[in-house]
Amino acid sequence: MATSMLSKPLSESGALVERHWQELSARRRMYTALGVALLAFTLIASLWFANASNAGKFFDRLPHLFDFFGELMPRELMEIPRALFDLPSPYDDGSFKYNYPDGRLHLTDGIYVPEYFHKMLETVNIAIFSTAIGAFFGFILCFLAARNLMPNPWIRGVARRLMEVLRAFPEVVIAGFFLAILSLGPIPAIAAVSIHTIGALGKLFFEVVENADMKPEEGLRAVGGNWLERVWFGIVPQVLPNFTSYFLLRLEINVRASTIIGAVGGGGIGELLRLSIGQNHPAKTLAIVILLFTTIIAVDQFSAWLRRRLVGDQAYAFVR
Amino acid sequence: MIASTKPSALEMESIAARHPHLLRSTSGKRRKPLLVGACMLLYLVFTWWFFSIGHVLANANWPIAGTYLADWVSYEVRPEFRISPDGTMRLAYQRNSPLGQNPDPDWVMLEKRTVTRTIDTPAAAQIEEPKANSSFSFMAPGAALGKAAEPAPQPSLKQSGTEEVVTRAVITFDRSTRIEVADGTVTASYAGETFTMTVGGADAVVPQGPLPHWATQKRPGEKITLSFGLTGWAEVEGDEVSIRNRFFGWANFLFDTNSPFFGKSYGEVASLILYGERIDPQRSNLALAWNNILYNAEWQHLDVWTKLLQTIVMAFVGTLFASLAAFPLCFLAARNITPSRIANQVVRRFFDFQRSVDMFIWALFFTRAFGPGPLAGISAIFFTDTGTLGKLYSEALENIDDKQREGVKSVGAAPIAVQRFGVLPQVLPVFASQALYFWESNTRSATIIGAVGAGGIGLKLWEAMRTNSDWENVAYMVLLILMVVFIFDSISNACRSRLMGRKAQ
Repeated sequence: MATSMLSKPLSESGALVERHWQELSARRRMYTALGVALLAFTLIASLWFANASNAGKFFDRLPHLFDFFGELMPRELMEIPRALFDLPSPYDDGSFKYNYPDGRLHLTDGIYVPEYFHKMLETVNIAIFSTAIGAFFGFILCFLAARNLMPNPWIRGVARRLMEVLRAFPEVVIAGFFLAILSLGPIPAIAAVSIHTIGALGKLFFEVVENADMKPEEGLRAVGGNWLERVWFGIVPQVLPNFTSYFLLRLEINVRASTIIGAVGGGGIGELLRLSIGQNHPAKTLAIVILLFTTIIAVDQFSAWLRRRLVGDQAYAFVR
Repeated sequence: MIASTKPSALEMESIAARHPHLLRSTSGKRRKPLLVGACMLLYLVFTWWFFSIGHVLANANWPIAGTYLADWVSYEVRPEFRISPDGTMRLAYQRNSPLGQNPDPDWVMLEKRTVTRTIDTPAAAQIEEPKANSSFSFMAPGAALGKAAEPAPQPSLKQSGTEEVVTRAVITFDRSTRIEVADGTVTASYAGETFTMTVGGADAVVPQGPLPHWATQKRPGEKITLSFGLTGWAEVEGDEVSIRNRFFGWANFLFDTNSPFFGKSYGEVASLILYGERIDPQRSNLALAWNNILYNAEWQHLDVWTKLLQTIVMAFVGTLFASLAAFPLCFLAARNITPSRIANQVVRRFFDFQRSVDMFIWALFFTRAFGPGPLAGISAIFFTDTGTLGKLYSEALENIDDKQREGVKSVGAAPIAVQRFGVLPQVLPVFASQALYFWESNTRSATIIGAVGAGGIGLKLWEAMRTNSDWENVAYMVLLILMVVFIFDSISNACRSRLMGRKAQ
């Protein structure tokens, strides 16, 4: 019966539908092909441009891609822990290069903090501190930017634009500007990371607030609560777990960001990594990479564990 | 009915008696935020000490911050008057003055005179009092020199020559602010007050009368700094008066001072381009003007645009390749698609590794491998985001609706066809949306990895900042970056909301 229905010639309106459908799909195919062609063209042009304006050409450099790994071989595998823990090295010839104990930060005569651990702590601290500052201001701004709490479009617009600009403003510039005023040190990095965090967290926060349940707020409005009371007792308790979760997510990102900012002059472990690669010192480089790698994994795992405890297995948009 | 929902006092007591833990836990809950707050406060204090923030902030050079900020949107012209002991002056502008080779702005009024001087004993000249008709200073009407002709510095002793000197100068900052220098006296007027100083050689600046609040002098005899707010400032030293007149705007944005179009109004430039004689016989005036704009020595438009394009290309190619590489891998990483536990774990750990090594380390590594430039940036973004996108893609795959896949499978489709028609239509919008989001986000990150040498505008930005004098170039580049980020942000948002419907966020 089915075959007979299929083989039956189509009625006039059926044929019209059929023709329209075919036209539509042909047009769709054409658009897809055009889109892919455009993408391919842009990609090829971009690759050509990137290759032409690079210092080394791709195909010239490709055979040497892994030379760097060869250069990364320390003289002896034990050099890596020696560099990591500032232990004396047998290769120490009096020069600065192999004098690992030089970087020790002595707490007492016997107890010391190895240089890289100290700098790593500094970087992590920069991240935590600036995430806290960013979360504090983002928290204040988000209620002004949320549509359901701020009926005045002007205040809302100003708060949102402010957050957009803070988010998009290049971190390098903020760091460089503060570096020019303050001397070298972690504060330029703190300023750069926290200013970016205000914008980024503020956006996530106000989206959480806009999705909040408005019933508690309505109840407080009914008994005559003012705006601050409504926000504090009606909205904050229900958004706080999500806020904390985003805070932790941001912390993971900021550990990476403060490393990079460190490399461009903000102190911390990033600067040491850049220096050791520049000095071509494989043991130090590997020691820092291992330390950085473990720290990032540890922070990620800790934050994931805490987030699971706070909000359960809720999926998050990965936001940077 | 409503009244019945509220328990009476007796009922409440009985509830409290039956469930004491309910009330106790609330008091514990109340204490928890306090505890968290106290911990955070303690942490802040610790960080304050750890980074010695108070110390650094107190030692910071705050006045210079204002100057740097003002440099973003304005520029200074710096005429400097060197005062000879006889009270005559010579005027010099800063090197690369924004006013060009022979500046003669109308806000500097000069009275000039030509003198012939023979320099006998320059050592003795230092102690001569000004205006004394002594061994080194003649007042003879010499040959008229063109005002543009700068006198050559006298090479050795016992030579005579004529030079044009300034005897009186009036610099007008704005309607209420001006400085007059004549006969060893500097008179400054600002905000309705007039203040006079006498200068007589190095370290001999004597204020006449009390210092107004806009003038500062650290020790008697030392230089006096006059600050006129946003219009500029001046420094009066014993033998030099330095003027810093600040103008709003970006100086010489189109044509630098060496360009033949410099200093001409838009109308003049347009008429030169349209009807003028060829300035350079080799090419038309339009080509010359365009070339002069591109290779403007101060703003380096072509270089800035190329570097910006590099940044855009880095983000685009890096993200595109990352999503193409993550696409096949994520099927291996998803538990519901690939049943093999080992394959899942291997691919997942690979993604984790790529993410944890971090874009920064990848950038440093590839800068070594490919040399500085966008290839390094592309590779760094590609490696990091293959990990991130792969993780997100595999999570999206694990959340798909299984019914469609079963439906396709049940009609006997091949495994590839099951993926193509049962899985792909569900996840493709999510994949594309995430790739778009990362494209936009990477445009921002590409700036910063550029600063460590991975190509793009980051390094240029960093170099412009390190000189501490090109803040207007920094402002220009920041403006361009902000524009690009906002444009890409809205393109990516528009595409994403079309792909995902209204639920893109």
